Amino acid sequence: MAGMVLAGCAPSTSGGGAQEDEKSGTLRVWLFREVGNKPKERVVDGVVRKFEKRHEGVRVDVQYIPVDSRAEKIKGAFNDPSSAPDLIEYGNTDTAGYVKNGGLADVSAEFGDWRQAGDVDPTAKESVTVGGKIYGAPLFVGVRALYYRTDIFDDLGIKVPGTLREVAAAARKIRAERPEMYGLAVGGAYTYGAMPFIWAHGGELAEKSGDGKYTAAIDSAPAKKGIAAYTDLFGEDNCPAGKCAEMGGNENVEAFAAGKAGMVVGGDFNRQAMEDGKVKGDYAVVPLPGTRSGSIAPAFAGGNNVGVLKSTSHRTLAVDLMRELAGKDTQRQLFDAMGFLPTFTDTRAQVAEEEPFVEPFVKTLDAGAEFVPATPAWTEIDAGLVLPTMFQQIAGGKSGVGEAAGEAAEKMDKAFAE
Amino acid sequence: MAPAPAPAPARTSGAERRPVNSRARQGRWTPWLYLAPALTVLGGLLVYPVYQLGLISFLEYTQAQVSGGEPTSFQGLDNYAELFADSQFRQVLLATVIFAAACVLGTLTVGCALAVLLTRIRALPRLLLMLAALGAWATPAITGSTVWVFLFDADFGPVNRVLGLGDFSWTYGRMSAFALVLFEVVWCSFPLVMVTVYAGIRAVPGEVLEAAALDGASQWRTWRSVLTPMLRPILLVVTIQSVIWDFKVFTQIYVMTGGGGIAGQNLVLNVYAYQKAFASSQYSLGSAIGVVMLLILLGVTLLYLRLLRRKGEEL
Repeated sequence: MAGMVLAGCAPSTSGGGAQEDEKSGTLRVWLFREVGNKPKERVVDGVVRKFEKRHEGVRVDVQYIPVDSRAEKIKGAFNDPSSAPDLIEYGNTDTAGYVKNGGLADVSAEFGDWRQAGDVDPTAKESVTVGGKIYGAPLFVGVRALYYRTDIFDDLGIKVPGTLREVAAAARKIRAERPEMYGLAVGGAYTYGAMPFIWAHGGELAEKSGDGKYTAAIDSAPAKKGIAAYTDLFGEDNCPAGKCAEMGGNENVEAFAAGKAGMVVGGDFNRQAMEDGKVKGDYAVVPLPGTRSGSIAPAFAGGNNVGVLKSTSHRTLAVDLMRELAGKDTQRQLFDAMGFLPTFTDTRAQVAEEEPFVEPFVKTLDAGAEFVPATPAWTEIDAGLVLPTMFQQIAGGKSGVGEAAGEAAEKMDKAFAE
Repeated sequence: MAPAPAPAPARTSGAERRPVNSRARQGRWTPWLYLAPALTVLGGLLVYPVYQLGLISFLEYTQAQVSGGEPTSFQGLDNYAELFADSQFRQVLLATVIFAAACVLGTLTVGCALAVLLTRIRALPRLLLMLAALGAWATPAITGSTVWVFLFDADFGPVNRVLGLGDFSWTYGRMSAFALVLFEVVWCSFPLVMVTVYAGIRAVPGEVLEAAALDGASQWRTWRSVLTPMLRPILLVVTIQSVIWDFKVFTQIYVMTGGGGIAGQNLVLNVYAYQKAFASSQYSLGSAIGVVMLLILLGVTLLYLRLLRRKGEEL
């Protein structure tokens, strides 16, 4: 009784993981519920049925959790191992945070033994790696490229831009000729749309030193050039700050889909929104160009991974299922069903040949994509809106590039130091 | 709350007197017995969470500690030191105080003015005004906020069209964004003030008002010199309530300015605490902000009560 009272007085901390490794029983899996989830369920059901047939006495219980409340659900799973799943799908920017929270199991050995692992593209592999150890398998990648309006480009006689400077020029021309439209839709809160500008100018968000510590590099000269190139696009001559400073990626994509913008940085996963919008049939996609003609601006390699929870009591089975779910066959089927880009370079090349739409995205990935710093501090930087604040301050004319970037670097360094 | 004076029977020590004695003891405990359920509920709902809040604010407690990735450690006042060293926190604190003060002032002014108006108009307009106010009152904050944002939308909002503001964006500038939120907060919180004060005015004896009118007092004079003193207890309650509500405003800012406005210019303490505690899982820092808010609100309330008591008001 006294123990209970005492335990009730301190904030709770969950104990470590279970140490058994059962070879039968129920394996619980949480996957994200996508918009239009049926095709995904069909693919997963196929994988699961095969898996159950191969392992006697094993039942797999798959649940689809809503993407919006995933953070709470997964935090809950870490806090209460007894009701946690064995295998989860998670956003790749969350990897480092989940590892620090002690939620994900280190599967370096099993990943190394996996025959298909050699074909996983390096950026995708980086997104499951923290401190040299591997905490899951990449399930698919999402990458952004430049959507543009073919009809408007034809009408105004604009050529497809070959450099970021030409992108800006084309944007201003569209705005000048079609004042009711934005040239290139930009957003102060659209971090993933802005990052390629920084990377294209040779900048970095943060640099990793020898001992694995990160220091902010957002205030370095090349990064500042990239920030300036992006924030210059806020203004009456392209996308007025009064409207665009608050926009995020979704608002940008919506503006383009509704015919309100000549260009937008959008993802392969935004295709359906375009097809459902006014611009259907009037748009094309190219890789976002870099600073030099013929180069491609490095894009952010988003996407999801699947990982085994540290608390699982069926470790071997869970790792097996992880490899099945993230394997080439499944990724291929997921592409056909959902349009998710495979994380294996060879599988990706294969699908690009068959589906011309994904070609610019695959090209972007092959040119080398970038990833956010793989540290738990990133979650804090992301939640603290450090980068949106920086872009918005500059776009709104509240401070200069140097000052805003310096402030952002300070905040990032503070988060890295913790 | 004075302990009820139990009718104490004469105490004598004698075996035959024991039943009476035990009844007396029972009498002393009876009030507590009756209060026990309420106290248990209050303790569970108020004291325990506040205790936890205070405790967590002294610890290093992030998601890593909750899920057992790292041990919990005692930090003393470090979280508070970090908070007050953070220039953004000081800025947000100042903005919150000013914004809440403006909201309280606006709510009380509108509420009281409309309450007086209610006593001066005929039945039908009174009914209509009451219905409109109740409608605003009954609207959930999130719905009200969404509708207000739409009304003031730069592209599609009717307000800009009526005022001829073109595509002026209300949420872009810091002041205009705060003003927009202030309108919504006043709109959704004046009905309580209005209805309460109206009920208070109704309870004021008619002769008093009639005497004031006969003496030639203006409407303003009547309010200042007759109604305000008589309504003091009611005004006290609605003011404290407004202070607490408006200091804790969350939904309106979160919805209308998209989680704190451009570059965080419209952050108030509650949204800031949410950002720290839940979005970035720094529960201990969020708790420290909560404790600071609690202390400020307690301080304001106590100060207000004291000021009033000094004026000789029986509360």
